[in-house]
Amino acid sequence: MASGLREAVRAFLLLAGMWVRVSMTYRASFAFSTFANLVTAGVDFGAIVVMFQHVHALGGFRLGEIAFLYGGTAMGIGLADLAVGNIDRLGTRVRMGTVDAMMVRPVSVFVQACADQFALRRLGRVVQGGAVLAWSLTVVHVPWTPGRVLMVPVLVVCGALIFTSLFVLGGAFQFVTSEGSEVANAFTYGGNTLTQYPLTIYPAQAVKLLTFLVPVAFVNWYPALYVLDRPDPFGLPTALQFASPVAALVLCTLAALGWRAGVRRYRSTGS
Amino acid sequence: MLYAAVAVRAFRRYSTYTTATLAGIFTNSVFGVIICFSYRAVWTQSPHAGGYDVRDALTYAWLAQALIMVVGIWGGGATDDVADRIRTGDVAIDLYRPVSFLGWWLATDLGRAAYHLATRGVAPTVIGYLLFDLRSPSPLGAALFLVSVLLAVVVSFGLRMLVATATFWLLDAGGLREVLVMLGLVLSGLSVPLVLFPGWLHTLVMALPWAAFVQVPVDIWLGHRTGAGVAAGLGFQLGWGVVLLLCCALLLRLAERRVVVQGG
Repeated sequence: MASGLREAVRAFLLLAGMWVRVSMTYRASFAFSTFANLVTAGVDFGAIVVMFQHVHALGGFRLGEIAFLYGGTAMGIGLADLAVGNIDRLGTRVRMGTVDAMMVRPVSVFVQACADQFALRRLGRVVQGGAVLAWSLTVVHVPWTPGRVLMVPVLVVCGALIFTSLFVLGGAFQFVTSEGSEVANAFTYGGNTLTQYPLTIYPAQAVKLLTFLVPVAFVNWYPALYVLDRPDPFGLPTALQFASPVAALVLCTLAALGWRAGVRRYRSTGS
Repeated sequence: MLYAAVAVRAFRRYSTYTTATLAGIFTNSVFGVIICFSYRAVWTQSPHAGGYDVRDALTYAWLAQALIMVVGIWGGGATDDVADRIRTGDVAIDLYRPVSFLGWWLATDLGRAAYHLATRGVAPTVIGYLLFDLRSPSPLGAALFLVSVLLAVVVSFGLRMLVATATFWLLDAGGLREVLVMLGLVLSGLSVPLVLFPGWLHTLVMALPWAAFVQVPVDIWLGHRTGAGVAAGLGFQLGWGVVLLLCCALLLRLAERRVVVQGG
């Protein structure tokens, strides 16, 4: 098990390194795309700042607190995207029939699909999210305790695991329909956009759905309530604020099962 | 009539990917809902922000989602084919054709845009109407909106074609394409209406070609532009469209003269 994992990580790094060298071939293009990705990563936060030219709070949360939510979810999806984001190209590969080639190589299909066209520029989102998160920590007024301090890295790790699971489930879905990659976007990038704002701007029923059905509320909302020292506006149990690791674990298990089912279902192209 | 035939075939080509279209409509709608709640939070506290009321803002959110694919804010469309054909050298065949290069590809892109309007434009708008209380245009406003969307596609095509043409020199215009998408995301008003931008920033973004993508058509739909305002808006779009197409033509002439196909 442990040696299998080490082997998988080694294979991922080798493949990723190869793709980084490929992307460096066209120097000008590489420079442009690195620049574009850094700015693009900040667009959503820029939009929030523009909104705050007209309001003092959104859903009862001030800019600093929203920056905390934003930074948390941005780092979560950024890390997930860096590791497994390219799994959403799987549909194209299924259509082209190139998954066959992946299956006969002595490296797991999962690792190959994740490392496919790996792009270092995706660090942009992680860096930008980290910067916003760090800034937010300097402006929010919170009675810091060891528990709260510890919850910040827990939030980032759990967020990354939840988004990773959603990416993998989206990839597995593409074994069912190779044109379905956009549906996955609704859950991954949609989940990211949704959790950039405090959930108080959504109806209470929606928040229940986001807790128990598509649990993106565990990416940042529940841990943030604890860190920011706020009572749950929807009156849900306090235990939820510590349940992100559980949600991440459940989703990871589902993603692993979904991926296995998808791979088994795969039939080569031949239309 | 040749160009019409080209456009019709582009329309048909895109219409083969039904599942992808449905998946895209689903995703646009999910984003429409999310963005509506964030706009509602803003306009509840500041009911006249940017001269919009909350109903205008929600309508804006859905129309912006409907226009993403039509206008090609995230890139793509016929110009991606052009960039690919320049890289592989197939572009030589296009340049030999006894028809206008730009005309051929503009017709292709308009055919694509028509398909996206009929599917990924109409469907999210209908879903938006079912879920939220949106503002409807007058019959004249609706007709002018369609003209404005057509011009938006031409402006967007001009920008995308300029970048695709750069492939002649860069061999891989992927990075430049990402810069263009980035500019589109920031300056088209996709994530936040341009009317919310403060002061001189507002003046600046309203003068750039990306204002033609979403802000101008939507203001016509909402009735924020009437009479002379409509004429100014359409003139603004037409002006940028002509300027950009002229730039494309100029760049293509330079490229034809100095580039040896197949081999750099």
